[in-house]
Amino acid sequence: MADEILRVEDLHVSVEGTPILKGLSLTIHRGEIHAIMGRNGAGKSTLANVVMGHPAYEITSGNIFFKGEPLEDLEVFQRARAGMFLSFQYPAAIPGVQVGTFLKKSVASVRDDPPKGRAFRKELTAAMDKLSMDKSFLSRYVNDGFSGGEKKRLEILQMLLLQPHLALLDETDSGLDIDALRIVAQGINEVAADSACLIITHYQRLLDLVKPHYVHAMIDGAIIRTGGPELALELEDRGYDWLEVTA
Amino acid sequence: MSDDAQEIIGDYKYGFHDPENSTIRFDKGLSEQVVRDISELKNEPQWMTDIRVKAYRHFVERVMPEWGNCSLLNMIDFENVTYFLRSSDQTEKSWDDVPDDIKNTFNRLGIPEAEQKWLGGVTAQYESEAVYHSIREDLEEQGVIFLDMDSGLKEYPEIVKKYFGTVIPHSDNKFSALNTAVWSGGSFLYIPKGVHVEMPVQAYFRINAKNMGQFERTLIIADEGSSVHYVEGCTAPSYSTDSLHSAVVELIAMDGAKIRYSTVQNWSSNVYNLVTKRAVAHRNATVEWVDGNIGSKLTMKYPSVLLKGEGAHAEVISVAYAGKGQHQDTGAKVHHLASNTTSNILSKSISKGGGRSSYRGLLQVTPKSTGCRSKVVCDALILDEDSRSDTYPTMEIGNSTSDLEHEASVSKVSSDQLFYLMSRGFSEEEAMGLIVNGFFEPFTRELPMEYAVELNKLLELEMEGSIG
Repeated sequence: MADEILRVEDLHVSVEGTPILKGLSLTIHRGEIHAIMGRNGAGKSTLANVVMGHPAYEITSGNIFFKGEPLEDLEVFQRARAGMFLSFQYPAAIPGVQVGTFLKKSVASVRDDPPKGRAFRKELTAAMDKLSMDKSFLSRYVNDGFSGGEKKRLEILQMLLLQPHLALLDETDSGLDIDALRIVAQGINEVAADSACLIITHYQRLLDLVKPHYVHAMIDGAIIRTGGPELALELEDRGYDWLEVTA
Repeated sequence: MSDDAQEIIGDYKYGFHDPENSTIRFDKGLSEQVVRDISELKNEPQWMTDIRVKAYRHFVERVMPEWGNCSLLNMIDFENVTYFLRSSDQTEKSWDDVPDDIKNTFNRLGIPEAEQKWLGGVTAQYESEAVYHSIREDLEEQGVIFLDMDSGLKEYPEIVKKYFGTVIPHSDNKFSALNTAVWSGGSFLYIPKGVHVEMPVQAYFRINAKNMGQFERTLIIADEGSSVHYVEGCTAPSYSTDSLHSAVVELIAMDGAKIRYSTVQNWSSNVYNLVTKRAVAHRNATVEWVDGNIGSKLTMKYPSVLLKGEGAHAEVISVAYAGKGQHQDTGAKVHHLASNTTSNILSKSISKGGGRSSYRGLLQVTPKSTGCRSKVVCDALILDEDSRSDTYPTMEIGNSTSDLEHEASVSKVSSDQLFYLMSRGFSEEEAMGLIVNGFFEPFTRELPMEYAVELNKLLELEMEGSIG
């Protein structure tokens, strides 16, 4: 059995007193790609945020283990340094902070043996080439005035550079045209080969390009069906109502 | 002459030019006699003594400003200030006596050892003079005069007499009166016609002047078609034994000249920083103030430009950081006194830990000054619930052919920004440091590299130990 990266056990989570996750369990091993699909409001993004440690989410019961260790005491930045990465659905803009500076500092914070100077620049250039990103990105301010597609590319660029053990991708496919989607998918596949990957999506189209090992259907804060890639096709085709009936 | 000064004058003949051997200290408090003694000690021409005395009398009569932070202003005890001090007394101004928090900041910033030595005593006075002379030789070839103000008065009395107090008369305000009465040190810079000084002129030698007092006087004259970038101060906390700093800075940009004046000051939190800075821009001249204020108990500083000649342009970019127990009352004033003059004002402030920052701006367009354009942008960032930011903009627009824009924003650090940055491995403090540096970036990018780096480091340090 491959290394266990993420284990979520019977997780219950509330936001401002409203229960969102209601007994969710999930285990992901290294080298596995899992996809979670569900309607808006099912709690998909909540799962990604709570694993990353967002302070607005309260775990009322259940546990999360990262590489076998309980997560509860780790702050957000400690989770990042431990190898966890969240690709945001809506990445925040940080005006006045240049992408190049930001990436360099972030890599220095997160990686155990961060590349410096020329080695960093070389790695950065290679990663940007893969994502068809122009050098001019580096002098722009982080996500400030970026189009939806540019933001997602920057997220994937960070993922390539930070080399996470666990990549949480929250609707990374939304707002991308087909060319951008293909480029982003390439980036995900590269990272996914050696890490655990959780893809949150509404649509099948990303999963055509990034083949999941497991697909989970989520309804009302819990996973109610798990299957292979064929489940994604079925959900795309039939929606979620039939699951509610059988649940 | 007071007994105290008399005693000093005895040493003065031998020691004045060699601070290593001199200790000159006036009794605390101010009187006409003290003012006369300062002038005599410096061997000044009679006209300067007269200006000082006149200014002193005005200072005594002039009431305190009745605007701004009056309660803090009225706490100033003018009798408890030493108005003239030149000390090389190592036991008193030794590195050991520098407060620990300032020493730590110096060490962590990696401020050049030379500056640490200055704080320790006199060694670095030598160091700073060496820096100064190397610059001076370079500039002399172009006919540029760059001296400390006292030397400027000695060597070029006719130029000083012609311009001193013409932009900021002693009667301008109570603190310009005080400065005119007791000034010491500061810079005297003259750029001849058509000379473009490519490298920024850096006032490292001011470190010497600082030792003498907190009332420096700077006069910069850029003659027709010349240009210069003057950089003053460093971002290290200015260690101050006295709690009152009141400088006067006058800039004169002749036709077609360009002056940029950049400064970043970081005062310890016991300092009143009450500075008058004003420039005159003649036809097609440009004056740019790049002004950073960190620290102090109360700063009141509103760099001003009088756009006197047609086509003149003013640029004022300022930042203020108000931490615990600090009030930054800063801003800009631009007077459009001629047609087709233009100005840009960008003011950014950060308040944290109960600090308060106020933007106070004046934009004036006289009725006859047609076709003027101005843009004012004020952004405030408030880092916690205890802190405060106010904006007091005044606009006096005398005609309808001018085009004026004013934008103001007040923002807080969003939890989304913090979560995003923390998810990228930054601690909360580091994340705040990045956000704050980013907020000041439009200012920082205008600074010479080493100042920009120091300012960023300083702000990051300010974010430490403050969260939670």
